[in-house]
Amino acid sequence: MSGHSFQYSRAANADDARNQASKPGVTFLAGGTDLLQLWKSGALAPAAIVDISRLPLDDVEFSDGELSLGALARLSDVAAHRDVTRYHPLIAEAILASASGQIRNMATVGGNLLQRTRCPYFRNEQLACNKRNPGSGCGAQSGESRQAALFGTSPLCVATHASDLAVALVALGAEVEVFGSEGARRFSLRDLYRLPGETPEHETNLMQGELIAAVHVPNAARFAACSTYLKIRDRASFDFAVVSVAAALQIENGKIVEARLAAGGVAPLPWRLDRAEAALTGSVLDGPTIAAVGDLAVEHARPLADNRFKVALLRNAVMRALQGLESRT
Amino acid sequence: MAPSSSVPISLTINGQVLESSVSACDTLLDVLRDTLGMTGTKKGCDMGACGACTVLLGGRRIKSCLALAASCDGSSITTIEGIGGADKLHPLQAAFIRHDALQCGYCTPGQIMSALALLEERPANLEAIREGMSGNLCRCGAYPNIVAAIAEVAGL
Repeated sequence: MSGHSFQYSRAANADDARNQASKPGVTFLAGGTDLLQLWKSGALAPAAIVDISRLPLDDVEFSDGELSLGALARLSDVAAHRDVTRYHPLIAEAILASASGQIRNMATVGGNLLQRTRCPYFRNEQLACNKRNPGSGCGAQSGESRQAALFGTSPLCVATHASDLAVALVALGAEVEVFGSEGARRFSLRDLYRLPGETPEHETNLMQGELIAAVHVPNAARFAACSTYLKIRDRASFDFAVVSVAAALQIENGKIVEARLAAGGVAPLPWRLDRAEAALTGSVLDGPTIAAVGDLAVEHARPLADNRFKVALLRNAVMRALQGLESRT
Repeated sequence: MAPSSSVPISLTINGQVLESSVSACDTLLDVLRDTLGMTGTKKGCDMGACGACTVLLGGRRIKSCLALAASCDGSSITTIEGIGGADKLHPLQAAFIRHDALQCGYCTPGQIMSALALLEERPANLEAIREGMSGNLCRCGAYPNIVAAIAEVAGL
């Protein structure tokens, strides 16, 4: 056994899961790929784990243009699903750029969205981290800050969000459906996440015991012909993004009528590049536009000592993603 | 089910049904190696990074160090012990030997179990094999020969 011990129970249904997890110190187990790492590293010490992996929340459905991903759908199943590859290739691309074949067979959609940061200070219980241990300080700001965020940071935390899938889903305007004591509610995936501010330990707007049931992607098939997920990492495969970009365009008569751009590895949450999107809309996708959009993508970046390279990397990644799309049109 | 620190489980391992009581915190890897004495599956990093612990769960490759044994209750698991042995090698095992696809051999059971699942995905070319095997590290650096062995069995 690796760490602090916990109790195990299996949820009979979603109501039972919510009830069992309504107490502090109780956490859900789905695929377990992040939870077990967090537990083994000492970053998380749950008193009890509620296994939700058998709940019937693993359907992938496509109807009336809306794609619905059950929170417990395995990433490999989502990436291989015919409607995902046909209408939302951006989602499949982002998933296939994530982790390894083994992990994608285990990891779930909901778990992926709720995975914790890969900041080395968070993942090592010996080090100072306000997210793991509020008030202990942020080791990354004065220490190794290569992985740190460029946007949305606070004096208390500079950690980035690690999910590729979340970047693609935020670009596509996805919504999450959650289930809690007040019943079901549905809101923008972007609003699932909180900026660190004064409370970096609170990463999402979920209440204790609240369960993600599904992710809904509104009709986004108009982007199917012109989207890409570009992931820059330290090795060619099986690594987290240093910087990633999800780009999706709808082009009519040579002009961009709608643009979606989001970046990963640069903020505490999947980061929509709104100003860059606005600059693309109504423009022709050409060299000058792409250069201007690259500059806009990084205009409010606030790097630390070791992550200045990410400013140029993000700018270039945005440009390269758009150049890739330009060559297809 | 009430929260408990000990959980009775039933696993079908390499076709054989095994009943056991496991700790709530036991990983599938620890149950295979320490409870059941099936040490063919290796523990490398124990953090999901190296792939030495790869087994098939319901026919799909997973990392057994990141699977909670209690959560695997009722599953069918295939380990390296279940696919072949010295007297009757699996074609992948024979290919690994032929291509000298190992040095120390510690990662080999995981490489072979991962490759077995990858073959089901029908990799189209050598690049697809390299990408598909990225969840299995080999510290001896036998990668070119591992890819060659898998390619041969895949008919590439």
